[in-house]
Order: sequence, then structure tokens, then C-alpha cells
Amino acid sequence: MYAFISPWIIGFTVFALFPILASLYYSFTDYDIIHSPRWVGLDNYREMFADDLYWNSVMVTLKYTFISVPLQLLLAMGFALLLNQKLPFKGFFRTAMYFPSMVSGVAMSLLWYWVFNPQIGLFNYVLSWFGVKGPAWLMDPDTALYSLIIMSFWGVGGAMIIFLAGLQGVPTSLLEAARLDGAGRLSIFWHVTLPMISPVLLFQLILGVIESFQVFTQAFVMTHGGPNYSTWFYVYGLYTSAFKEYRAGYSSAMAWILLIVVLIVTYIIMKLSNRYVYYEGGKSR
Amino acid sequence: MITSNRMQESEVWTANRPRRKVDFTRVLSFILLILITLTMLMPLVFMVTTSFKAQRETMQYPPTLFPDSLQFSNYVDIFSRLQFGTMYQNSLMIAGITVLATLLSSSLVAYGFARFRGTGRNLMFMLLLSTMMLPYPAIMIPQFVLFSKLGWVDTFLPLIVPAFFGSAYNIFLLRQFFANLPEELFDAGRMDGCTEIGMYWKIALPLSGAAMATVAIFSFIYSWNDLLTPVLYLNSSDMFTLPVGMASLTSSKFRVAPWHLLMVASVLALLPIVILFILAQKRFVEGIVLTGIK
Repeated sequence: MYAFISPWIIGFTVFALFPILASLYYSFTDYDIIHSPRWVGLDNYREMFADDLYWNSVMVTLKYTFISVPLQLLLAMGFALLLNQKLPFKGFFRTAMYFPSMVSGVAMSLLWYWVFNPQIGLFNYVLSWFGVKGPAWLMDPDTALYSLIIMSFWGVGGAMIIFLAGLQGVPTSLLEAARLDGAGRLSIFWHVTLPMISPVLLFQLILGVIESFQVFTQAFVMTHGGPNYSTWFYVYGLYTSAFKEYRAGYSSAMAWILLIVVLIVTYIIMKLSNRYVYYEGGKSR
Repeated sequence: MITSNRMQESEVWTANRPRRKVDFTRVLSFILLILITLTMLMPLVFMVTTSFKAQRETMQYPPTLFPDSLQFSNYVDIFSRLQFGTMYQNSLMIAGITVLATLLSSSLVAYGFARFRGTGRNLMFMLLLSTMMLPYPAIMIPQFVLFSKLGWVDTFLPLIVPAFFGSAYNIFLLRQFFANLPEELFDAGRMDGCTEIGMYWKIALPLSGAAMATVAIFSFIYSWNDLLTPVLYLNSSDMFTLPVGMASLTSSKFRVAPWHLLMVASVLALLPIVILFILAQKRFVEGIVLTGIK
């Protein structure tokens, strides 16, 4: 066994365990990556918690997460329910709705950079059909973050496919039984379907939260953290202070806080889910 | 007699629960789906058509759906103006090696976790699962220090080498797959005098086509789209990967954003993914279902 898993043991030690511990050490030092680190105790943390830009990045990231993740899950679930019926061209719809979620990364950011362009972009053009004069989107500090949230909806196809699979895994016998007992559509969804797919929902929730804590590409490509720091995401700030300002000690402190927050959030979601999530065959997982 | 009875029954049935209502929901769903699909596809359609427009036309308002004249030259220009060919090659090479390395290492480790019960296996498996949650930004600084001490900055090594040590998601996925293979196969293999490594190679791998394809596709897309890692490590422009080079298109060095080139770049960047998607569409969806990840 050890021969087989040795690559992972080495990889885990070198690329995960060592960096985690090293970044804990760096977080207590003044370090510019070039010269050796100098111990400064809690200075980085003190400076960080007193820094408005730091708290701004926290707020930007939290706002993005709290708005976009629940809405993404809701949309994905809605789309999956729509597709989970006998309809013509179902396969086409599924593919078409799923496909954009693969257009991730820089290509998506470039495309939406154009979509949101206030003068020639698609978004304001479509709004003009309805007589609405759209805002400046990415160029306005008040709307830039919301633009990125809207953009995130474009990628719900991935979660949708997973929910669809979950929905198709709900035994028809259960649905039939509920129908015979006179349950309506809504009530069947609420009391049968939703509990049955709650593990999938939970998993997507955790993934979605962790993913949106790490937003980087959009900020790097589309907004450069602006305008006026309105899209200064946590990881973008971390990257900037480490690799543009060479404050690796300070960034390591940011990294550790991120790590702890991710752990806590995962733990809380798991705990909460014990109450709400139904696992087939008892709580074996 | 029986038939007419049944017909009466069905008439009663339709009278009590009018079919029209059900149809109405389905028609509504259908219309909704059409609207959603159109909305979601619209940016993509414009992406493709804009990539064929002359730069002048990209500046027009309202945006035209179809170009006045097809500028195929855009697809040539991008190669001369952006070192696009070099970047494309770099990305393909890195993604290719990453896929092979991931397949090999992750399947090996997964086999180890699936087939043996050594001491500490469960603890290690828990550790493996927890690294799936580990945010890359939290560990990137020490990794950078490590790789720069090795003199690997501005080489592809930092992007490739970690793949040789397995990635948590893929190990997990393949482990689930291997663990479900019937034990009899391995018993038979053992009787034929097959070694463990032989059984991994001759029994487990050949049976895992779908799972391996999934891993290949996911690791390709991940590597192909990754921006943060190459941004950290690659400095000289002839080492750039596609995402790094494309990200520079929005930088301020362009007075006016070259929209047509932006879209050409996006289309070309999507091409391998589209090809993969078409080739493996069925597997793709299966794979996503298998892993529960995007």
C-alpha cells in the first residue's frame, strides 16, 4: 500500500503540509521573499486588522459569496427542475445550459468584459430594448461587484447537471407514493425531493462558498480590483501584497486567516447539515 | 365491454384532473427553457460573430449580430500581434503533461487507497479529503519560495511537477471507482501469479476507462484555464500560457480595447474544450455526476 500511495505522501508533505506550516511561520515575520524572514511576532496580524483595505477585501468577498452562492444554487435547482420533465429537445436545452459553465477563466472574463461595456456592450443594448438605460457596470464602483455576481450566474450549468442527476436518482416509487397520498407538487418537492437531494445540495454549497472565497481571475482580468477597490477580492489583495508589494509576511497572515475561515465555514455547514441533510441508510457518512 | 369501461374510467380521470393544466405547466416550462437558453447562449453567439468583425465595426452601437464583412484575417492577426502561437503551444504542452502525470499518479495512489488496509490508512484518507478544501492561495507563498529556491521560476516545472504527486479530487474519484471493482477479478489475477502492480496495470486500469476519461478532462480544463499559478511563475512573454497572455489584452497598454482580437482569443481558447466536449459529451456528463464537481 505504501508503495502505491507514496507519491501522494510526498506530495502532501512537500506541497501541502510544509507550505501550511511555513506560511504560519512567515505570518509572524517581516519577509520580502528575497531576504531572510525577520521575526516580528504578531505585527502582521495587528497591522492587518487595523487596515481598512483588508476589511474592504473581506467585505467584498463576503458580499459576493453571500449574494452569489445562494442565488446560483437556487437558479441551478430551478433549471434542473425545469429540465427534469418530459419535454421536447431536452437534451439540447441541457447541453446549451451546461456549456457556458465550461467557459471559465480568462475567456469568460474577456467575453463578459465586453458584455458589460457601457457603450458598446451587449448588456446595456439588451436593456435598451426595454427602455432602460443601463449603468456603467464594471466602471462604476456601485455596480462593479454586482456585475461579477451576475456573471457568476452564467456558470450555474455545472451545478445544474449535478442537481439533475440527483433529481433523477430520487426513486419514482417514493414520488408515486406521495402522489397517491394526495400530496401536491410543491409538497412533494418540499417533503420528498428536497430531502432526497440534500446531500448534493450541501456538497455544492460547500464547494460554492470555498470557490467564491478564492475569486481571483475576474478581478485580475476585468477590474484590477477597482474601480475604487469595489472588487478588491481577498485573494486578489493577498496576491497583490505578496507579489507586487513583496510583503510576503503580511500576505501569509492573510493566507492563514483564509485557511481558518474556510475550515470554520466548512465545519459550520457540516454541523448545520446534520440537522437538515438526509443520508440514505442513516448517518453513515 | 372491458375496453369501454376503461375508456369511461379514463374520461372520468380527465374530467376530474384536467389534462390541460398539466400541459400548461409543461408549455410554460418549455417557453421558460427557450428564454433561458437564448439568454445563456447570446454572449457566446456574439463572441463568435464579433471575432470575425473588423475593429471599426466592433466599436459600433448597437452591436451587430452578424458582421458586415467576415474578417478571417483576425485569426491570422492574433498570431502575429500576440505571440499567440507560442502561448497556445505552451498551454497545450503544460496541459498535456499535466493530464498524463495526473492520470498516472492519481490512479496509482487511488489504487493503493482502494485495495490495501495498512495502518493509518483511514487517517491518511481523511487528510487527503481535507486537502480538497485547502485553498491554493493559502499555500502559494511558501510554494513560491520553495520553487524559487530550486531555480524553477520562469520555467514550466512549478506548473507540471505537482501533478506527478496526485491531486486529491482525482484520487478520491478513482478510489471510489476502484473500490467498486469486483474482488473476484483480483483473486483470479492473484491465482495467475499477477503482482499488485501487474493487477493495477492489467486489471484495474483497463476497466476504468470512464473514470480515467473524466479525470483527464477535468485536469485538462483545470490546467488550461489556470491563471493564478502561471501568473506567479512565468515572467518572460515567450513562456506565457494562454490565460496569462490573454489577461494582458485588457491592460492599459491598449488605448482602445481590441475587441475583435479579444473575441478571437476567447474563441481559440475555447476550441480544445469544445472539441473535448463534443468527443466525450456523454462521458462528460457521467463524469460530472460521478464526481459531483464542476
